[in-house]
Amino acid sequence: MNWEIVIGLETHAQLSTVSKMFSGASTAFGAAPNTQASAVDIALPGVLPVANKGAVERAIRFGLAVGGTINRRSIFARKNYFYPDLPKGYQISQYELPIVQGGTISILTKTGERSIRLTRAHLEEDAGKSLHEDFQGMSGIDLNRAGTPLLEIVSEPDMRSAEEAVAYAKTLHSLVRWIGICDGNMQEGSFRCDANVSVRRPGASLGTRCEIKNLNSFRFLERAIEFEAKRQIEILEDGGKIAQETRLYDSDKDETRSMRSKEEAHDYRYFPDPDLLPLEVSEEWLNEVRGRLPELPQAKREKYQREYELSAYDANLLTESREKAEYFEATQKFLSGPAPKTVANWVNGELSALLNDRGVDFSRVLVTQEAFARLLDRIRDGTISANAAKGVLQGMANGEGSADEIIAKRGLKQISDTGAIEKIVDDVLAGNAKQVEDYRAGKDKAFNSLVGQVMKATQGKANPAQVNEILKRKLAR
Amino acid sequence: MLNASLKELSASLAAKRISSVELTRAFLARIGELNGKLNAFITVDADKSLAQARAADGLIAKGAARPLTGIPVAHKDIFVARDWLTTCGSKILSNFVAPYDAHLIERFNGAGAVLLGKTNMDEFAMGSSSESSFYGPVRNPWNPECVPGGSSGGSAAAVAARMAPAATGTDTGGSIRQPAALSGISGLKPTYGLVSRYGMIAFASSLDQGGPLAKSAEDLALLLNVMADYDKRDSTSVERAKEDYTRDLDAPLSGLRVGVPREHFGEGLAPDVGKAVEAALAQLEKLGAKRVPVELPNSSLSVPAYYVIAPAEASSNLSRFDGARYGYRARDYTDLADMYRKTRAEGFGEEVRRRILIGTYVLSHGYYDAYYLKAQRIRRLIANDFTQAFKRCDVVIGPTSPTVAFRIGAKTSDPVQMYLNDIYTIPANLAGLPAASVPCGFGAGGLPVGLHLVGNYFSEAKILNVAHRYQRETDWHAREPAGLKS
Repeated sequence: MNWEIVIGLETHAQLSTVSKMFSGASTAFGAAPNTQASAVDIALPGVLPVANKGAVERAIRFGLAVGGTINRRSIFARKNYFYPDLPKGYQISQYELPIVQGGTISILTKTGERSIRLTRAHLEEDAGKSLHEDFQGMSGIDLNRAGTPLLEIVSEPDMRSAEEAVAYAKTLHSLVRWIGICDGNMQEGSFRCDANVSVRRPGASLGTRCEIKNLNSFRFLERAIEFEAKRQIEILEDGGKIAQETRLYDSDKDETRSMRSKEEAHDYRYFPDPDLLPLEVSEEWLNEVRGRLPELPQAKREKYQREYELSAYDANLLTESREKAEYFEATQKFLSGPAPKTVANWVNGELSALLNDRGVDFSRVLVTQEAFARLLDRIRDGTISANAAKGVLQGMANGEGSADEIIAKRGLKQISDTGAIEKIVDDVLAGNAKQVEDYRAGKDKAFNSLVGQVMKATQGKANPAQVNEILKRKLAR
Repeated sequence: MLNASLKELSASLAAKRISSVELTRAFLARIGELNGKLNAFITVDADKSLAQARAADGLIAKGAARPLTGIPVAHKDIFVARDWLTTCGSKILSNFVAPYDAHLIERFNGAGAVLLGKTNMDEFAMGSSSESSFYGPVRNPWNPECVPGGSSGGSAAAVAARMAPAATGTDTGGSIRQPAALSGISGLKPTYGLVSRYGMIAFASSLDQGGPLAKSAEDLALLLNVMADYDKRDSTSVERAKEDYTRDLDAPLSGLRVGVPREHFGEGLAPDVGKAVEAALAQLEKLGAKRVPVELPNSSLSVPAYYVIAPAEASSNLSRFDGARYGYRARDYTDLADMYRKTRAEGFGEEVRRRILIGTYVLSHGYYDAYYLKAQRIRRLIANDFTQAFKRCDVVIGPTSPTVAFRIGAKTSDPVQMYLNDIYTIPANLAGLPAASVPCGFGAGGLPVGLHLVGNYFSEAKILNVAHRYQRETDWHAREPAGLKS
């Protein structure tokens, strides 16, 4: 009998504001410890929080982008617990009335497109950092991160495999960057997931779940879920029971281990923060934010499939980021004639690979859309082969000039003159009687050798399609 | 001079009959003379005060003086002031020198006032007698065997004993009004949100409000003019047009409807206090006011609701005092949990610990609805009682406190008896309404009695008008404690 894995994700997206959720201190990453902790962040006696409007606006943007409900009135609540990196002894979060409720994220996996429901998204502040390594018998506390604005995005337990969970996380990751609310930097912790994992027999009610904390890469997310599901299945198949608990994923050992049990769970004593008034979102503000929202990836995906007849796979890849989609669309416009499939292939393929190699993304334009369109034009009009174009693209990225300049400089122009190619083919056929004989005797391999000879004679510049066509014609005689 | 009103002091400074330095020295001398006896101040720093006084004299010389320029003001040790020890009456902050100024301190500094010292108080403002301070009890200038009221007892005693011409306090359940009443001075708790809480160490955030303590309603108005100010650093600060709180002081009271709540004259009210309050009401009638009976039917629920809400907020507000970043830390501990436990057990006094425990309990899973949510509902009922009452009257008047000052130690072993001191003052905090206490006579043992005036939201000018007209006709507020005559 098989098992069904049930996964829900809680994702913390750090909002890309210049200052913190409730103080004016900077949120920039990497400063010397405690240099970006203001009086409010270190919770001096008497200080008070003031909600960051920019963070609230980003939460609204997210809610609109996922089709959720923006609560016109939401409440900040205190989550009380003691820890040295939590200066106030409580975290300001939202509990009973979050700013966003509902919404969906559409994901694409091998099995097709699926919609994952969101429970809610709420605003909260991050804690500081405890540094246990550098101090003997003591811990260091860095409060630079304390108070950083976070949007906690909670999904329903709608995912059924690690693959789906990763697809969801990637789609969400792309969306938060798309709408400009989070830089998505996972190494710096700007986007991290907690996974709630349980297993059950298909059709049975939900099993007991375990929560795996702080997964900060898609690979760890996948590995952790796979390990955890396997662990739970083994326990159940041995007749055991799953204990509800919080677990940590150890990437070195590739396993999850218990952090605290349900019995050890805190009573956070949530209550509305009396220092902050209820968060009110006016109709006017809502409309203003809605008006400034860019076209969303889902809409673009549908448009690409409908108008350009691209596959769901291609459309999905093109909409990985807003910059990439915009690059694709701009290149299209500069092209001498419509060729969406070619552009899609080159943007998703060669150009993406090039940027990846150089450690940049589409937000840094190494090759302008117009220059890139000229290159694609040269492939389409047969001036150069697709193979040669790859080298030209590298040259363009190195700043060696335009496609035409590089083609001329490197002498890459294809020989498409039928007469010239025929003459070379005749010479090759005359000098390779053995291969001609083999080919006519049914040895197909000989044909490739002849093509190779022609290409060699033209230094690779002959139009391969023409070479094939002429060779076949002449050999057929 | 120690007995002069703020207006008189201001005039003397302007006319250069006295300098701010001389004035400050005079009050510092008075503090030096009496503080050993009354324990009204936790910190006095003559050098700092005199430096401010010299600066004020400079402003006066330049003709740049404003109403409070050069006048010394004592501040409750709950307001953080840059480079001043700010203890909140607690051992846990006994080494805390504040690195910034509270909004209220900024306002007084901006007005050119002199910070005369930091006054003693119940630890974290939790108390009605100023006995729970880590720095020892404050004594009542009218009878040093008695408490001055609390929690702003140091400020009240300082003004009553003429150690300061004026002082600030905070009022969460009566902590300005009750000590004003018990110490024979005037005190005002403004509408919630009128005075910024930034830099005012939080006890119960939804109830705390800073306000002035002084000898007269007129002085309160001058002080409120400086204190009331929108502050964007406090999200609960109310943004509204500036008012001059002195503008209506002399307006006639004819036609004023004085609401007298039956519930504040029942069981528990000492006869001597009742008698003084009745006489004050008669006096107001002579001035043209009309008595209107009003009802505050949920009054009896205010103390229990308050003792859920205030400790709940306090239990969370005081979590930051953990010994990790500032303040007192236990010397010996084995691990983090032990450090927290010992620091907080050693650093907080009994009453503070009691309230943290109560607050933690009422917010706990499974108890929240029964206590915290229910208390919040009662809070709305109480606010609604006042809304109804203010349809029929302009100001609600009654006793500030059920008794005159009691003896030190008399109620420390019975918290409930102590809590009942604030039975008449707490409703205004729960509703967020402005309220004042002014002296209206003397009761048993020659101890002062306070008259409590509650107004509608932002009607401070009206309350001060009623109080000032009353003080024009009476001299209770001008009396000085015998034996301490300035």
